Amino acid sequence: MNVFDIVGPVMIGPSSSHTAGAARIGRVASKLLGNPAVRAEIVLHGSFAKTYKGHGTDKALIAGIMGMEPDDSRLRESPRLAKEQGLEVSISTDTIEDAHPNTARITLTDAKGKQICVQGASVGGGNILITKVDGMDVAISGQHTTLVAVHKDAPGVIAAVTDYMSGLGINICNFRLSRSQKGGTAVMTIEVDGNLEESANEDIQKLPNVIRSTLIQLN
Amino acid sequence: MQIKYDSIAHLIEAAQEAGQPLSALVLEQQAQQTERSSQELYQEMERMYHVMKESAQEGMKEGLRSTSGLTGGSALKMQQAVEKGNTLCGRIFSGALARALAVSEWNAAMGRIVASPTAGSCGILPAALLTIEESRSIPERDCVMALFTASAVGMVIAQNACIAGAQGGCQAECGSASAMAAAALVELCGGGPEQIGHAVAIALKNVLGLVCDPVAGLVEIPCIKRNASGVANAFVAAELALAGIESAIPPDEVILAMKRVGDAMSPALRETAEGGLAATPTAQKLYQQVFGNSEDGKGCGGCRACH
Repeated sequence: MNVFDIVGPVMIGPSSSHTAGAARIGRVASKLLGNPAVRAEIVLHGSFAKTYKGHGTDKALIAGIMGMEPDDSRLRESPRLAKEQGLEVSISTDTIEDAHPNTARITLTDAKGKQICVQGASVGGGNILITKVDGMDVAISGQHTTLVAVHKDAPGVIAAVTDYMSGLGINICNFRLSRSQKGGTAVMTIEVDGNLEESANEDIQKLPNVIRSTLIQLN
Repeated sequence: MQIKYDSIAHLIEAAQEAGQPLSALVLEQQAQQTERSSQELYQEMERMYHVMKESAQEGMKEGLRSTSGLTGGSALKMQQAVEKGNTLCGRIFSGALARALAVSEWNAAMGRIVASPTAGSCGILPAALLTIEESRSIPERDCVMALFTASAVGMVIAQNACIAGAQGGCQAECGSASAMAAAALVELCGGGPEQIGHAVAIALKNVLGLVCDPVAGLVEIPCIKRNASGVANAFVAAELALAGIESAIPPDEVILAMKRVGDAMSPALRETAEGGLAATPTAQKLYQQVFGNSEDGKGCGGCRACH
């Protein structure tokens, strides 16, 4: 804990969990898509579903999807800005089984039709946890530089990625693997101390059996 | 200098030993901990203070309404009363109330604020500091430094109890902000470390047991007015401590008591909007007004967001 956990963050109100955290979830989702989204389907669950209008949760999510930080004052104008930029948004509410009360599921599509489905929760004080990407379990807090690599479930893939990181002197502080089925598609979430360059991400993408990887830098 | 944030008593002792203001020790320690320069940390805190200033001004503008449409405009009314000289408690105290309302109403209107320690309690610390900066012509630098003292108090409370309404009720949220503001006021007005400790204890004691019962689950009713009463409480605690009045119960024991009271609180009274004011007939009506009857999120709930 440090002083800026107490005095801070600077954010657009009214709620750190329902507004600032929502913006962060949207932002990570858009980073995972990698390109600007042209369509966003947002499903809200629990407290998000019940109170999103009064907390501006919808505006915050849209702002995040457009790449805004939680302290961006354009956040409250985000639905209009999205329309202007050709981002089509739909918002609905539903019950998502076994999900944290402040959960959103966001399906983003880019101009080429590439799609990603991200589920995340706002867990308090503006902190978030992305729990699913395309139905597979992940654990992205957004507090560390994070690499999310989608790969073929085959022997040696994890070793190849972590070996590459260790060669750069990078220390892993959190690792999670999830797969659809044996030999199918798998996803590893690797949170690291310090920084990882985009060039490292490009190298990792070239490793055998890695389908694609995304680097989420802090800020 | 090694300081830890595990007790107020430890902070007081460290400041007494070093013969330095608590803020200076905290800045130095934080620079070491985060491996950044003191200058850099100071500048980041200065940015926080500037956002606080801006939010207090924005929140007093005419026509301000919250996203839900439930609140807005009370900061302006309070400020107008201050300007007319038409207040019971005088310019300083009532000015602080106006600022606390302003920052809080700006938060509810999706304005840019500093969570201090939370968004729900974001009006208290800025109101205390901005008011004392103006009324005593204190240099801005000192006010920015006082935020380090306030943060240290907040860290101790967060570590030994909690600062979230969902965990400990409003006593943990506005109460902590109040204690932090009281500590900052005492340091800025020349009080010693021990007086800071008494101010923290008094501020928390005065709101022990205060529940978190937001109407319709929104950070508006009663939160905005509790920010006004929170800064009032900070002035009460600082004034008493500066006059040499001591808290019979030491601050660390008060913090522990606050935690235990929070633990004993029914979940209905911890931000779930199921008890307290949130469960009153009027609150139910306001809920319908904002969100309508349907829970499918479709259709306009009359929230005025599009006005």
